[in-house]
Amino acid sequence: MGAPHKTMMTWKNLQISLEQTGYVASDDLATALHIAITLARPLLLEGAAGVGKTEVARALAVIKDTELIRLQCYEGLDASQAIYEWNYQRQLLSIRAASEAGETGTAVENRIFSEDYLMERPLLKSIRQDKSPVLLIDEIDRADEEFEAYLLEVLSEFQITIPELGTITAITKPLVILTANGTRDLSDALRRRCIYAHIDYPDRQTELAILASRCPEVEVHLGQQIVGFVQKLRQEELEKVPGIAEMLDFAAALAGLGIKDLTSDPSVLQAALATLLKTQADRAAVPMEVAARIAGKAA
Amino acid sequence: MSKVTRFTGSDPGAVARISGFMAHLRAHGFHLGVSETELALRALSCVNPIVHSEARLALKSVCAGSVEDTAQFDMLFDSFWMAEGRVRHKVIPSKATPAGKGTKSTRTDNSRSTSGKGSIHEPEDSQDADESYAQGTGKLLASRAHNLMKKDLRELVSSEDIRIAERVAIRLGKALRDRRSRRRKVAQRGRSIDLRRTIRRSLATGGEPLHLAKSKRPKRPLKIVALCDVSGSMMNYARPFLAFLAGLMRADSASDAYLFHTRLVRITNALRDDDPMRALNRITLLADGFGGGSKIGANLQKFANGYARNFVDGRSVVIILSDGYDSDTPEILGNALAKLKRRGCKIIWLNPLKGWQGYEPVAKGMAAALPHLDAFAAAATLTDLAALERTLERL
Repeated sequence: MGAPHKTMMTWKNLQISLEQTGYVASDDLATALHIAITLARPLLLEGAAGVGKTEVARALAVIKDTELIRLQCYEGLDASQAIYEWNYQRQLLSIRAASEAGETGTAVENRIFSEDYLMERPLLKSIRQDKSPVLLIDEIDRADEEFEAYLLEVLSEFQITIPELGTITAITKPLVILTANGTRDLSDALRRRCIYAHIDYPDRQTELAILASRCPEVEVHLGQQIVGFVQKLRQEELEKVPGIAEMLDFAAALAGLGIKDLTSDPSVLQAALATLLKTQADRAAVPMEVAARIAGKAA
Repeated sequence: MSKVTRFTGSDPGAVARISGFMAHLRAHGFHLGVSETELALRALSCVNPIVHSEARLALKSVCAGSVEDTAQFDMLFDSFWMAEGRVRHKVIPSKATPAGKGTKSTRTDNSRSTSGKGSIHEPEDSQDADESYAQGTGKLLASRAHNLMKKDLRELVSSEDIRIAERVAIRLGKALRDRRSRRRKVAQRGRSIDLRRTIRRSLATGGEPLHLAKSKRPKRPLKIVALCDVSGSMMNYARPFLAFLAGLMRADSASDAYLFHTRLVRITNALRDDDPMRALNRITLLADGFGGGSKIGANLQKFANGYARNFVDGRSVVIILSDGYDSDTPEILGNALAKLKRRGCKIIWLNPLKGWQGYEPVAKGMAAALPHLDAFAAAATLTDLAALERTLERL
């Protein structure tokens, strides 16, 4: 079962190296990621917005010292956007030039359907790299079901057929990370193919560690207040719950404003809230007094 | 202690034990095939399987496929490996009901006599043994202390009920279907050609329209989102409602279902199980605390802030099945409904007590809810639910 690896990497090691790049991963996530890498399976990450799903891929690319290829999904995403497309303009120019030079049909045809005229899109690009890249398929639940089915085929075979060129088989298999945040239910087939991990909002300790690794300039006392404040705020009735990125922005804003203590100046705190609360209703829901009260509790 | 189930120590090796565990998960509605068993074994080789927390994480990442699964997995894991599970016998009437059209029963006679070791052990010398054997459906239920107060949904609903409810649900579904938009939208395989887009695209190919952009009139069906109150006060009415939910989920792939008592549980995936009775079994597992107190306001609030964001939009009809007796303050309920309403959905409240003569919505919660409702109707039986067709057609 599983030939011994050159460098036997355990999930703990992976967790540590992730942390060195500034990504604090939970045990669940680190194990799932480790298994996905070792077994060369795609990893499906689910969780609320702003818990750092996309960031996992970025951190992984840094660890593996490889390229991150990203495919952002959206409704109506089709093969020409995701896999490949012929460069029509160049083909037409080439045909015109050929007809003026009096070239024959087949030679022209062979030329215009060669690699030079092929435009790689993320999926094709990811299987033609010399070093296996990290392929991030972001928000897969936004894409249509048709595309999901096609993706399934690519992910299991790691080969793409281009009618004019033939089948292109992967030189190296990419490490595939898919993210979803529940716009629609994904198909069972896709879920079954993937290793699954659910990412939640971090607990206090984890969030402190994230803050410490991302914004080392924030002092410990203020850091604890910030994390406590954001964690309390997440329990309030809000439309958009602040994620980790918002928390880091908030910390950076406070550090930039030269604040040493969250409770010292309510008006500055209120101004800095712009980094956490992004809708009118949420701003209205947390007026100055409420913010000051939460900050007081957090401290 | 014959009821306690665990993997047998005499199993020849990891393979048998894991396949036993996979069978255990499968019996609780996880969709796992042979390839997953293999994957699970390979996943275990990636970690140190001796440490049980690592083994748990590794198996979880392979076997669980959704948030609901993740929550259930830990319980099932404990019940199998930590020998805390119990075999419970099935309590439905013994009349063997053939599976309804389009359903395949995964429970055949062979399913229980899983050959090879590491299978789930059935009770052998307890007094329930006869019945359990006769049913052929001894099931392992992961449970701890809550087990005592937990009611088994299968006691409440028979598969006969589900089939009737399915017919009702199909009719209701039809009342909501067939609403095609007037607008046209780009589609891969549309009926008509989107001229503007085709010409725009043809510019890239020197005026040759190589790609024909198609468009179609998308279907805009209303979808049903049902929330069912299964708190203590609703116990007597839960039966038709649960059957209705089960039927609805089976009849209509776009609908969505939730249960609430003191907690809110999404049961859509569980109810879609091929085997209707097993589906109920899965819900029983999910709805820990069934028949307890009711926190309608808090649960609806949670729904409005959570699931509703993804699953409720202007084309949803939210059906709430509850008697409105809430242990929370009515303001919470009112706010939650107002918030839900702002998503543009229609809200229908079905109250079993409304059917009573001289019933006024005296419960304060109900009074707070009324201004936000599009319809407030009586529903205590399946017939009442069937009569809803008209109401839905008007929406």
